[in-house]
Amino acid sequence: MAAAPQQSKIVRWIDHRLPIFTFMRHELNEYPTPRNLSYWWNFGSLSGIMLVIMILTGIFLAMQYTPHVDYAFDSVERIMRDVNFGWLLRYMHMNGASLFFVVVYIHLFRGLYYGSYKEPRELLWMLGVVILLLMMATAFMGYVLPWGQMSFWAAKVITNLFSAIPVVGDGIVKWMWGGFTVGNPTLNRFYSLHYLLPFLIVGVVALHLIALHQHGSNNPLGIDRKGPQDSIPFHPYYTVKDMFGLGVFLIVYAVFVFYLPDALGDPVNYVPANPLQTPLEIVPEWYFLPYYAILRSVPDILFIPAKLAGVLCLFGAIIVLFFLPWLDTSRVRSARFRPVYKWVFWLLVIDVVVLGYCGAHRPEGWFIVAGRLATLYYFLHFIVLFPVIGWLERPLPLPTSISAAVTKKSSAPVAAASSMEKH
Amino acid sequence: MRAAILAGFALLALAAPAGAQDQPPVPRQSWSFDGPFGTYDRAAAQRGFQVYDVVCAHCHSMKLLHYRDLAGIGYNDDEIKAIAASKQVTDGPNDQGEMFQRPGRPFDAFVAPFANEQAARAALSGALPPDLSLIVKAREGGADYVDALLQGYKSPPPGMKMVENMQYNEYFLGHQIAMPAPLAGSDVQYADGTKPTLTQEAHDVATFLAWASEPTMEERKYTGAKVLIFLVVMTGVLYGAKRQIWADVH
Repeated sequence: MAAAPQQSKIVRWIDHRLPIFTFMRHELNEYPTPRNLSYWWNFGSLSGIMLVIMILTGIFLAMQYTPHVDYAFDSVERIMRDVNFGWLLRYMHMNGASLFFVVVYIHLFRGLYYGSYKEPRELLWMLGVVILLLMMATAFMGYVLPWGQMSFWAAKVITNLFSAIPVVGDGIVKWMWGGFTVGNPTLNRFYSLHYLLPFLIVGVVALHLIALHQHGSNNPLGIDRKGPQDSIPFHPYYTVKDMFGLGVFLIVYAVFVFYLPDALGDPVNYVPANPLQTPLEIVPEWYFLPYYAILRSVPDILFIPAKLAGVLCLFGAIIVLFFLPWLDTSRVRSARFRPVYKWVFWLLVIDVVVLGYCGAHRPEGWFIVAGRLATLYYFLHFIVLFPVIGWLERPLPLPTSISAAVTKKSSAPVAAASSMEKH
Repeated sequence: MRAAILAGFALLALAAPAGAQDQPPVPRQSWSFDGPFGTYDRAAAQRGFQVYDVVCAHCHSMKLLHYRDLAGIGYNDDEIKAIAASKQVTDGPNDQGEMFQRPGRPFDAFVAPFANEQAARAALSGALPPDLSLIVKAREGGADYVDALLQGYKSPPPGMKMVENMQYNEYFLGHQIAMPAPLAGSDVQYADGTKPTLTQEAHDVATFLAWASEPTMEERKYTGAKVLIFLVVMTGVLYGAKRQIWADVH
């Protein structure tokens, strides 16, 4: 179908040769969306907007930043002090990383609660996990760039993880460093990759959206749309809802940027990197703490030394998400109709918080015990509880359709619901 | 990585034999720059600069600051020129290829007391005084910590073995600090006639160092207020739009 007839001649001329207007109308204007999406569904578009904000602030920061061990720290401080609105760009980028993870983690847990990874959205989910992995790599390398004490030691600790690989580990680490320790070549390649990876993320996000638009959004009821009475067009309903959600999010973001800019960071990173002096405690940014706890909790397992086992579990904690669509044996998507999973879901949330808390503390005394139990539970949750609950649980009866469930709840006449389609 | 962490702990255990966890909590003070509307007390920051200039600057550099930056705590152009001109700056090379000394100018960075780390260590029995440009941001507790540390010198508890050239400080990690008590009160003659007690000097220099750590703080908070007012209004309008557009769906 060509561009709508009411559009101008120029638009129709272009659309006939390059159907961008048709595409936009189809994917934004007409794109049918379940009418019952809650505010938890705002976090997908928020993630996309955060990605754009991070790329834009990052491009402008890169114009002033110097990727050299002797100048990196001072060049960041120059941005903070002498570049017009440099402090704003830097704080937006720095706190933006944290809030990007907040938004993405909420998006991920929303998917977990409402079964958004299930047939036919397995690849959509898996692309999301790929985005998460790329984000983690980007965030880690970005954290190294200011070349403060924590930057340097984080780079050292994380790159050293790869030395756990048997036989070739040490060689791989030296290859990654580009030398015999973390140094200028390491900083340069991290800068290069930190600039590259966000654009790969954009590519995967495009695939994520194509996969999303194939079957449309899941919804809080987790049942498929049965007909036009279950849908509303994305625009204007969800554009305005997303814009309102964005406003609320920006208020939170602005409070951090303008009033608590260093609340989420570590003061030690305002000390320039010193390879001869290890900081009192090497702690990653908050969004990596649960993984850090897993890494440090794992003891020797049979013939696998603790370090290798820790690294395997660290990566395993993300990799297991790829298999979730098949680990979850329940055919019901939404936890709303799963009386057991509905509660077990929150155990995972608590478990991740406990892991994060353990990750922020030295592995001593109770933190070792708590960290190990929480790590064990994490994997138990995915590998054992997901399949077993799916088999044993008796789900509640599902509503016959989205519109039936919605109109029953709001006790509006059915006629009103179906007349919706005229708008 | 475990090795790196263990090595770190081992180093610290060596550096801090008295145990790292027994510092008293740093007392919270009230600062002019606290809170969403806080600004730097110009008079206190100027007095603090005087303390830095007369006392701290003998050992501590502040290499991220320039004399021109002092406009941020209310010095006027002539005062800044005079302050800069009172320092000798190494410039060059000149036409003969020689480095030479000249009086400082506003665009010069704060002159460092030592040419390099080795010179500092040689002069100070092995100790390296940290650069103070970011010290308030770089320490847990910020200005409260700096203020407490400057007043935290005490005689060591009986039985504690002090390393040579080390002083006992209640708030320093491990309690053994290489810096001798820098302030005792009456270290400076304040230009504004304020009585230079130890508490006053510590508070003033902490205010100055807080400003030095983030000279753009006032601009940040001021911009933040405008941005938040805009965002709240915009979000309110969007909420209204959302309600109206969704009216026929609910």
